[in-house]
Amino acid sequence: MADIKARVKVPSTAAKGEIIEIKTMIAHDMESGQRKDKSGKVIPRQIINKFTCSLNGKEVFRSDWYTAVSANPYLSFFLRASESGTFDFAWHDDNGSIYKASAPITVS
Amino acid sequence: MRPLIAGAAMTAALLAHAAAHAAGADSAKYSAGDKRSGYLFSSPDTRAMQDDDFQNPGMAWVDEGARLWSKADGAAGKSCGSCHGDAASTMKGVAAAYPKFNNHLGKAIDLEQRINICRQRALQAKPFPAESRELLALTAYIKSQSRGLPMHVAVDGPAAPLFAEGRKAYEEPRGQNGMSCASCHGDEAGNRRLDTVSQGQSNGFPTYRLSWQTLGSVQRQFGNCLASMKAKPLAADSQEAIALELYVAARGNGLPVETPAVRK
Repeated sequence: MADIKARVKVPSTAAKGEIIEIKTMIAHDMESGQRKDKSGKVIPRQIINKFTCSLNGKEVFRSDWYTAVSANPYLSFFLRASESGTFDFAWHDDNGSIYKASAPITVS
Repeated sequence: MRPLIAGAAMTAALLAHAAAHAAGADSAKYSAGDKRSGYLFSSPDTRAMQDDDFQNPGMAWVDEGARLWSKADGAAGKSCGSCHGDAASTMKGVAAAYPKFNNHLGKAIDLEQRINICRQRALQAKPFPAESRELLALTAYIKSQSRGLPMHVAVDGPAAPLFAEGRKAYEEPRGQNGMSCASCHGDEAGNRRLDTVSQGQSNGFPTYRLSWQTLGSVQRQFGNCLASMKAKPLAADSQEAIALELYVAARGNGLPVETPAVRK
């Protein structure tokens, strides 16, 4: 895949202590390493193996992914709004690439 | 005890009413007469994926299509947008009429072929290969501009012979099992054991199929069906394939365009 596109959805504002939902999706083939091509050769595994979310540089969510995760993985999770700042999201590819996205939030 | 039971019964009745109402609204939106979109054969989870543009994985292709629309390519240094402007207005309703008879070429073509003809003629660029990510992305982007509008494929005039050919291809038994498209998608739709089979409407194509883990064209779906019928595949973009595509699309005339639909 030429360029990997990630999308995130974070509420722009939240009250302190409120539970907020964060939605993420990344376009990725998530090649499991268990398929073979037409000549019978195993297609090497290339998946996103780790997802992290940090707020103002401090990690607040992390998830390890394995081969059973679908292509174009969608992930949503909940956090308690604590402070204003920027969420940074990172998807770690088997090939060493890290795909990034970020979104601001204002907590009042 | 009594009022409590009555209260519970009333809550149940209200819930049942709400559910019936929601189902009714979906049913009206996704059907036209006896025609029922594949949406109505899908599970609530799959419907929810389609309903939320953020969750719908097909939107990744639509976003990429939007980028390709305005990206110059080929010797002429033009993009789709150089001639067609803003797709949101110029492409609205266009894809709902495809496959369509092209007077200039003297034959019917589908949207994918239309895109590649433009690429070769106007952009002087190479055509995208069938089922490539780029071709699916542009097709999905253009067809999504017609979302919610009814399919209206012409079956009269010059398209009439092709429609007849498509109907024959649809109804004639083929392959080792002697099955036709109509064997599953005709009167049996919704009734199959093991798996619920839809009416085989194409209003949501290119569709993100969860079993494919990717977006795919209606011709790819034909290939899937034919393989499970133990029948020979149709050659890509052959006259028979386009005729079948035209017949299937016209069979769903009146159903809303759902591209990019999500199906199991």
